Amino acid sequence: MYRQASYISDLRDLGRPGKKGYVPSDGFGSPKKLPSKLARAEGPMLPELSEGDVVRHYVRLSQMNYGIDNGIYPLGSCTMKYNPKICERIAARYSLSPHHPLDPEYSIKGNLEIMGRLSKLLVDISGMDHITLQPAAGAQGEFLGAKIIWKYHSKNGGANRDEMIVPDTAHGTNPASAAMAGFRIVEVPSGDDGQIDLGALEAAVSDRTAGLMLTNPNTLGIFEAQIGTISEMVHDSGGILYYDGANLNALLGRVRPGDMGFDIVHFNLHKTLSTPHGGGGPGAGAIGVKSFLKDYLPTPLVQGDENGFSFSDRVDAPIRKIRAYHGNFAVMLRAYTYLVSLGSDMRLVSELSVLNSNYLMHRLKDEFEIPFLNATKLRKHEFVVSCENIRKETGVTALDIGRRLLDYGVHAPTVYFPLIVKEALMIEPTETEDRADLEAFADALIAIKKECYEDPDKVIDAPYNTSRRKIDVVKAAREPTLSWSMEE
Amino acid sequence: MDFFPNKPEKDEMYEIIGHEDLFSDVPERYIFNKDIFNPPMTEQETLAHVEGILSKNVEILSFKGGGVYDHYVPAHVQSIAGRNEFYTSYTPYQPEVSQGMLQAIYEYQSLMSRIIDMPVVNSSMYDWSTALGEAALMCKRVNKRNIFLVPDTMSPERFAVLKAYTENIGMDIQKVPHDGPTGQMDIAQLSKMADDTCSGIYVENPSYLGFFEEGIDEISSVANDCGALFVVGVDPLSCGIVKGPGSYGADIVVGEASHLGNSINFGGPLLGLFAIREDKKLLRTMPGRLVGLTSDLDGNPSYVMTLQTREQHIRRDKATSNICTNESLCALSVAVYLSSLGRSGFSKLANALYSNASYAINGIAGIEGYESPAFDSVHFREFTVKHPRDVAQVENVLNSNGISGGITIDDDLSLYCITDKHTKEDIDRLIDVLEGI
Repeated sequence: MYRQASYISDLRDLGRPGKKGYVPSDGFGSPKKLPSKLARAEGPMLPELSEGDVVRHYVRLSQMNYGIDNGIYPLGSCTMKYNPKICERIAARYSLSPHHPLDPEYSIKGNLEIMGRLSKLLVDISGMDHITLQPAAGAQGEFLGAKIIWKYHSKNGGANRDEMIVPDTAHGTNPASAAMAGFRIVEVPSGDDGQIDLGALEAAVSDRTAGLMLTNPNTLGIFEAQIGTISEMVHDSGGILYYDGANLNALLGRVRPGDMGFDIVHFNLHKTLSTPHGGGGPGAGAIGVKSFLKDYLPTPLVQGDENGFSFSDRVDAPIRKIRAYHGNFAVMLRAYTYLVSLGSDMRLVSELSVLNSNYLMHRLKDEFEIPFLNATKLRKHEFVVSCENIRKETGVTALDIGRRLLDYGVHAPTVYFPLIVKEALMIEPTETEDRADLEAFADALIAIKKECYEDPDKVIDAPYNTSRRKIDVVKAAREPTLSWSMEE
Repeated sequence: MDFFPNKPEKDEMYEIIGHEDLFSDVPERYIFNKDIFNPPMTEQETLAHVEGILSKNVEILSFKGGGVYDHYVPAHVQSIAGRNEFYTSYTPYQPEVSQGMLQAIYEYQSLMSRIIDMPVVNSSMYDWSTALGEAALMCKRVNKRNIFLVPDTMSPERFAVLKAYTENIGMDIQKVPHDGPTGQMDIAQLSKMADDTCSGIYVENPSYLGFFEEGIDEISSVANDCGALFVVGVDPLSCGIVKGPGSYGADIVVGEASHLGNSINFGGPLLGLFAIREDKKLLRTMPGRLVGLTSDLDGNPSYVMTLQTREQHIRRDKATSNICTNESLCALSVAVYLSSLGRSGFSKLANALYSNASYAINGIAGIEGYESPAFDSVHFREFTVKHPRDVAQVENVLNSNGISGGITIDDDLSLYCITDKHTKEDIDRLIDVLEGI
């Protein structure tokens, strides 16, 4: 039976003046006294703890946290797969002999080669022509992609193209990123088969269309089989086709966005390429483009081959930088390690992630409503369950069910997404989950459904076995307390 | 390597679900069959291959900073950040089972808040440059004005990113000149440029060139008088010896915090600091995730991501930012590091950098033909040097002696940086080589 540790531990209570957790070295210069108008009267009021206090406090906190190394974590569109430890070992060893991003090229040939080789692998996986590894996250890749689209049109007589089309199943970052780049968002609905409604898309494209941002497979886990037609429609209208790579795990090594007509692709290295999510980050969001967009990539780019790689800078690049320096190298290093260890077995990633997803859906489909299942039988790496009937009949919501799952020692799926499914649970098991874990997850969900009818309050008041009981989110938003100084 | 527990049971699972081809929904012409990938490697082969590539790096004594600082990471900080429960977790959407990460982020927000004297710190942006870009966008959301004033001494990396973030929505970035001998922002010029079209006034303190802006109170007043938001960029470590931006009226604070407990890693990941003063309107318009304190059904203190209606997964194109994945684990390391340093350790570290930089400044100034610092101001831990010859030549000589010198600023000017890893011997070595050129 699952039970998470529970502590109440506060750094401020553990602190006592004079205790030291880490002692920096003394200075050896003889500086001038700071002008009094600049100088701080006394140091910031940080609590003072011993190293042992600090370690014990944070180990306790870690015991109040659930990661993929604790158990199944089937968050839809998040691709919570196992993070191989060899990648961590290599990254940890690397961190001991690091470089500054502007150190001379002769001293960073190894880093350049990792970046060059990773770029080449991403080209091969995506079917694109050129890669930048600079974006810090998937959403930043999207923002860069949207900016490239904007720059491309403004340089090619399309300055009036101010509309970005996104399907109603799109990740929230798509419209947010495009809006940040200055676009107006045009949303197109999905049809009865859970795929983009081609009639609606036809009506949406015009000479103001800048592009379409599409996830394929989409967030229902359904492959957009009309992608050929979609690509033609967007390109015929003069638009650019953007691929949101959040769901690339389903296609790894088998289907390439570039071959489907996409012009720009972003990769989530922290999803598809197994680098850890770190409780929210860091990730990395490389993007790939077809050759006609190469000049719009930010600088510097890595060029060369296995005989030697170098940076190529362009001072006149239309988009000089999207973040400082070269990107999240420590994440790239892990992703490269993962990819070379997999090699051609990456095709098993897509196959087994899709197999696990369909297997789990098969186990649940008699107990739960699976929207669009009559029209489209197969799912890719994820699928969506609707708890709308359960809510109508028992008053228990998808959110409650997700919370109750925690008591069974499994993480909840993504809830209330995609927005077009009522009371949605979006489930992505990934290829690294064992069949027995899939069975246990299905059993837990089915048991909870039974509870919904027999004892709905028990589900509504869940969880019971976690470090905290149900948390009051309304109070948190109504009276925001965001730091110690706001408590006091 | 093999990460596929169900490979042995594949056929049986196919049979149960009743599908033979899981990709039959993909049109045939899109199926990629080419055999272009190398065979898989064992763990030992993988390690040898990747470390073989990394061994082509050459160790170098670097004096480059510019917002990215190579600091020492105490062993226990790395050990905590390596706890599987932390680093293998996702964004804490299920707070009841994610209290550890949520509390650690709340502690990061709180510790950083005390350092920079700002009550509200978000849970992280990608880096200083993107935090600045987001700050400019926020200024426009708040006052609907378009002009954003920046120091002409600012980091070119940050300037390029700021431009990328703001150019599509009609914002105009204008550079405020500096006083020649001191490098200080020219406040008379600033006053002329600041009017009621000005959305935000940005200043870096310490500046990109390493010195403190001694007219910071006046700059703050100029911003206040014209109704612009006052945005301050900061290395939080400097607040161990100087006043925090909250004490001189900052509305928004941005900066880089990764060097407080994280390895430099070739410049990524970094950790963008983003903070605001306590104000309801600013709070509703700020970007990024926030962790707040609340309670659970039993009344115990509990932490949760809050004010999420600002965020992309709820507000989509009306969100205050598109940010989703951030730099949480780096923020956790900062919390561990700061709580280890404590009040006296933090000030001691800041003082040591100030002291060691002065050692380097004076040492280089003692070499004939060198001007150090090139600007007559008080420097924290970075400083510019005017060389008697072209910096490209100087850098070549330094490189051949295993040293990576300052960041090039101009023909004969470069920006040197001191971190807590530099020993007295390291700095002496730099001075010796410069002297011999």
